[in-house]
Amino acid sequence: MSHLLEVKDMEVKFALRFGDITAIDGVSFSLDKGERLGLVGESGAGKSVTGFSIINLISKPGYIARGSIWFDGKRISDYSDTKMRRIRGNRIAMIFQDPMMTLNPVFTIGFQMVETLRAHQSISKARARKIALEKLKKVQIPSPEERLDQYPHELSGGMRQRIIIAISLLADPAIIIADEPTTALDVTIQAEIMDLLQELCETENMGLILITHDLGVVSQVTEKIAVMYAGKIIEYGPTADVVHAPVHPYTEGLIGSLPGAIAPGEELKQIQGMMPNLTSIPQGCAFNPRCHLCQDICTTKVPILEDKGNGIMAACHMK
Amino acid sequence: MNSNTHLVTMNNVVKHFDISGGLLDQLTLKGGKPVFEKTTVKAVNNVSLFVNPGETLSVVGESGCGKSTLARVIMGLYPPNSGQILYRGARIDNLSHGDWMPFRKKMQMIFQDPYASLNPRKTVRQTLEEPLRFHNPKMTTAEIADKIADVMEQVGVDPAWIARYPHEFSGGQRQRISIARGLILDPEFIVADEPVSALDVSIQAQILNLLMDLRDKRNLTYLFITHDLSVVHHISTRVAVLYLGTLCELSSAKDLFYDPRHPYTRALLSAIPKVGEQKAKHIKLKGEVPTPVNLPSGCVFHGRCVYADDRCAREVPVLQELPNGSFVACHGVEEGRAMP
Repeated sequence: MSHLLEVKDMEVKFALRFGDITAIDGVSFSLDKGERLGLVGESGAGKSVTGFSIINLISKPGYIARGSIWFDGKRISDYSDTKMRRIRGNRIAMIFQDPMMTLNPVFTIGFQMVETLRAHQSISKARARKIALEKLKKVQIPSPEERLDQYPHELSGGMRQRIIIAISLLADPAIIIADEPTTALDVTIQAEIMDLLQELCETENMGLILITHDLGVVSQVTEKIAVMYAGKIIEYGPTADVVHAPVHPYTEGLIGSLPGAIAPGEELKQIQGMMPNLTSIPQGCAFNPRCHLCQDICTTKVPILEDKGNGIMAACHMK
Repeated sequence: MNSNTHLVTMNNVVKHFDISGGLLDQLTLKGGKPVFEKTTVKAVNNVSLFVNPGETLSVVGESGCGKSTLARVIMGLYPPNSGQILYRGARIDNLSHGDWMPFRKKMQMIFQDPYASLNPRKTVRQTLEEPLRFHNPKMTTAEIADKIADVMEQVGVDPAWIARYPHEFSGGQRQRISIARGLILDPEFIVADEPVSALDVSIQAQILNLLMDLRDKRNLTYLFITHDLSVVHHISTRVAVLYLGTLCELSSAKDLFYDPRHPYTRALLSAIPKVGEQKAKHIKLKGEVPTPVNLPSGCVFHGRCVYADDRCAREVPVLQELPNGSFVACHGVEEGRAMP
């Protein structure tokens, strides 16, 4: 059976003056109906670029150099811009990090929702407004009728993020890509937004790709996890298994370095050094200068993502 | 409270900011008559707490709760509207610039954003030598160079990079340089305002380890401002929970995390996502955080609290000591009706 979304061996490059740099290097993953996938990594790992690339939102000088993206059995990576527009925001919607930046401050919430709907469907304004109201109810906004005529500045950050989610739901998408949807919000609001996203995925049978650096959020919301490092997926598997028994030393280090992984006051396990710059990725395994298991082979041969048992795939020579 | 054994003591500190702007902005109509009205942000309201020597006191709360303002008031960056701040029993909130000087050497601050807090046009050497020259005019150039190299080594920045500019360093390295700047005068008390929030997880662990290591080696006292409760749990001795500029709960880190009392603390703790734990039911709060411009009457939390009753809406709760030594400001806890 084919997957709802399948990314096969995708490579994304950015053409810069001194040559191309590879931001995403051979990334493959899949998503089924109603499934929730977490893309985790530190800043610069390529998780956002991966999310953008799925719906071809990569702008120049970036381009998809290799690989294919399949959605609903169709190869959407070959689609023209016009054809892609029918998918983007319609079948696959995206939620961005900062709810202050993604809403237009000079238009009312209602206007922005009606506009979005009418861009995808030929329906009357009144009908679009009705659908908008329905979606606002779905994201549990108090007094939704009033909100339609309010401007973004009249709402709090958490409320705005709910509006953004409502907008992304307008066309009943099959997949939502959420890029750090709660990073700008407080913990209590974050918990509410995450509950909402999870609930929506279950009731609407929607797929979710959650891009975040927060392992705690990922482990509570998603079923599958892909850990990225320097443009590659280095570990991929069921979330519960990966967070309990990570295979790749980087994932292990990342989980071990969280306060809360050990007793308060003890020295935190730390990964030495930092992620390499994309212009100077080390030979062999990109993680080798920071790895405590590093052997000769790690500095010469690039490890491939392979099954390490328990359904976990990892890219490491030593495991 | 005996303020002599405490390193820093705050008594009923209030800090309000006037945001009413010019005369015309203040003009409003009330009952048909024009009146001038001032608008103030009530950032810190009647907060009393103390810091013991050698401990790490964390101040936690959500954005806008006044935790950074509190830090800045202690450091003398904002004068308080009322209340007192004492350092080793001596009042410091009403000092002149000159009288502040000896205290500046003992109290230093580390800021959140290592990209914004370092001067981009100064090399590491310039950044680190300025406070030394200013506070110790008699130090020779050789002594200064030794001191800088020594502190750079302690924070894990190679002294060979002394002539580099901030843009040549990564976020984690920059934060190490900010820490070096805080330590260069050998202070006893450090206020760290969200020192790891802008950093990636693996770098965050490195900086937290460094801060804990320095605390033990130099016998430092920290006031740690953060919104990240797992970090708080890891490094704190005691924790103060702020909500809308008001202190809700003050207790030892152990008691706060295993036996939180205030309904707000409980909601806050239940919202932290933990790695590898199945999703626990978190406590849902009603409504939204009110603005600090119009504070709610009575307990500032009553509008969102599930245990609130008439008394909570009317009467401001005061901090009361519980048998386990924690302090909680809640009528519900006092009367025994705010139990989970």
